[in-house]
Amino acid sequence: MKELVIISGKGGTGKTSLTACFAFLAPNKVLADCDVDAADLHILVHPEIHHEEDFRGAAKAAIDREKCSQCQKCRETCRFGAINAELVVNPLSCEGCGVCVHVCSEQAVSLEEGLNGHWCISDTRFGPMVHASLFPGAENSGKLVALVRNQARDLARKKEIPLVLVDGAPGVGCPVISSLTGADRVLIVTEPTLSGLHDMERAMQLVRGFRIPAWVVINKCDINPEVADRIEQVALRNESKVIGRIPYDPEVIQSMVQRRCAVENGDSSASRAIRGIWERLAPDLLS
Amino acid sequence: MKIAVTSMGTEIHSQVDPRFGRARYIVILDENGTVLEAVDNSRNSNALKGAGIQAAKVVADRKVEVLVTGHCGPNAFRALQAAGVKVVVEQSGTVKDVLDRLNRNGVAFADQPNAEAHW
Amino acid sequence: MTPMIISVASGKGGTGKTTVATSLAWVLGSTAQLLDCDVEEPNCHVLMKPVLQESQPVAVPVPVVDANKCSLCGKCGEICRFSSIVVIGNQVLTFPEMCHGCGGCTLLCPENAITEGGRELGVIETGFAGPVEFVHGRLRVGEAMSPPLIRAVKHRINRHKIAILDAPPGASCPVIQTITGSDFIVMVTEPTPFGLHDLKIAVGAIEDLGIPLGVILNRSDIGDGEVHGFCSQKGIPLLAEIPHERRIAEGYARGNLLVDSTPQYVDTFLELFVTIRDLINGNRPHLEETKS
Repeated sequence: MKELVIISGKGGTGKTSLTACFAFLAPNKVLADCDVDAADLHILVHPEIHHEEDFRGAAKAAIDREKCSQCQKCRETCRFGAINAELVVNPLSCEGCGVCVHVCSEQAVSLEEGLNGHWCISDTRFGPMVHASLFPGAENSGKLVALVRNQARDLARKKEIPLVLVDGAPGVGCPVISSLTGADRVLIVTEPTLSGLHDMERAMQLVRGFRIPAWVVINKCDINPEVADRIEQVALRNESKVIGRIPYDPEVIQSMVQRRCAVENGDSSASRAIRGIWERLAPDLLS
Repeated sequence: MKIAVTSMGTEIHSQVDPRFGRARYIVILDENGTVLEAVDNSRNSNALKGAGIQAAKVVADRKVEVLVTGHCGPNAFRALQAAGVKVVVEQSGTVKDVLDRLNRNGVAFADQPNAEAHW
Repeated sequence: MTPMIISVASGKGGTGKTTVATSLAWVLGSTAQLLDCDVEEPNCHVLMKPVLQESQPVAVPVPVVDANKCSLCGKCGEICRFSSIVVIGNQVLTFPEMCHGCGGCTLLCPENAITEGGRELGVIETGFAGPVEFVHGRLRVGEAMSPPLIRAVKHRINRHKIAILDAPPGASCPVIQTITGSDFIVMVTEPTPFGLHDLKIAVGAIEDLGIPLGVILNRSDIGDGEVHGFCSQKGIPLLAEIPHERRIAEGYARGNLLVDSTPQYVDTFLELFVTIRDLINGNRPHLEETKS
């Protein structure tokens, strides 16, 4: 069983659109949507949820007003500015470190585990999918991402499905790191803009640290062929390579509006390029 | 000699759990196969991060000499080394299977972790 | 000129936050300060091309234990919620990459055996792009936690200027860290199903903060009308629409500001600022009364 994780560095380069296309083209796979902050893959694959669970992440401080003597020690020791002058805890700033619990002389502060999101296992028109959503403002997307991936891998092993396709998050922080650990292959989707190049280099650096074989796809490649060439150079310098280029194609958005992926919708230039990329990836992924 | 094996169950014939930090149980036994304690590790499974470090502390606090598991990440490995616990990785089968292998000297002690750090 | 803080966020990545934030800052000139809070993948500098004058490393305080003073009591490990300090065997081990810098172990060690070192989070660079004051943070690749670096970038907010914050994509804690305390939030989106879905998530996250917001629709002619419908239904003002133009995309690819690729948008951004200012004041009518 192999796991392919699709990341981008820069947001909006086409990770999810491409993951959906691969989901259509791959014969037998489990999907995992690890962009838990803003999951979009379901829009194109139409899941029917058959298993759903709560996700409990970080604990947050809570102050019992009846026991509180208003000494303000908790506010003074909190390094995250999570307790205000009225001694109300802001759950968005609270990191659950528990220092306030220890410094309070009245034992008025406790840590309470909250509900941070949900995760689900669904059937989709392209096969089983594990996905999740983090409640807005919540943290610990890394833990939820790990959970989604573990569930997807367990499902693939149980059903003897040889491939897990992971739609990753933008950036290079906590949710992306959690998507990459232990992955078999990485695909970095980028665009030929200076911003795309800059962000792709950072994503590449992160991937190299994990020593996972990686390829690059340049989406909307005709916007700037010169920057596209520079991206090729960066890939080669990092023991990677550009495995395909997809031209800018308004058909991709039109397909999305119809809640379909580009390769389902006939023979556009993007569709042909994506099929070509899949043909190059598949032998290694499915071996 | 005290041995710890990560396990799906509490008995000598339980299947080995390949995970260390998030193993369902950590079975503590002696070289004769007597189960001394079956530590319920499920609370650790739900930990934010650092499950490996906490599991290493469970093992070290019980003066275990050898830990047997499937994979062990870098933080857990470092913690186990600090406590002088020898680590055997890549094991599967039942707890009894790995004990027999250990007693036959059919295992090697790991000199590095065999898994990435992760949540 | 009244100082204010305007955040530019989105929900979905790649909709044009940086495009908007940089052009807005540019037209405001010396009255503006641009702070790039997308510390994982900062891009404002690509378009603004600032002359950077200062670079400062930012660290999270992590425990350093004096073994001579340590009694191995283990209290540090009991307090720590992140497994970054633990007594194991007959040693104290620290795992600095796990540490959140809460200071608990340092504060509560009965032997005062712990002092604070640092784990490098990244760097903050400051300078000027023409007349516009510029600040950005760049996370060290491999560092998982961006919020502490975002907090450090926000500490540089110049209270005498119009501070424009370019937020990261998404709706989770790095975004909330960035936009908390703003006077206004500009949400940039695109008229597609992904754009709408992520906008709804982001609006859901922001609604409870009580900060006025408005939407800019970028590539406004490429998708469908559902974002319009959503904004109408929620009473969210649509501040501006920018149709897709190959010229803009190519200019962006080369690292040009939108207002340089297409100078007719200078007026759009000046009007945008006036609209935002009026919407902020509309929420604080007592300010108007004090002026008169």
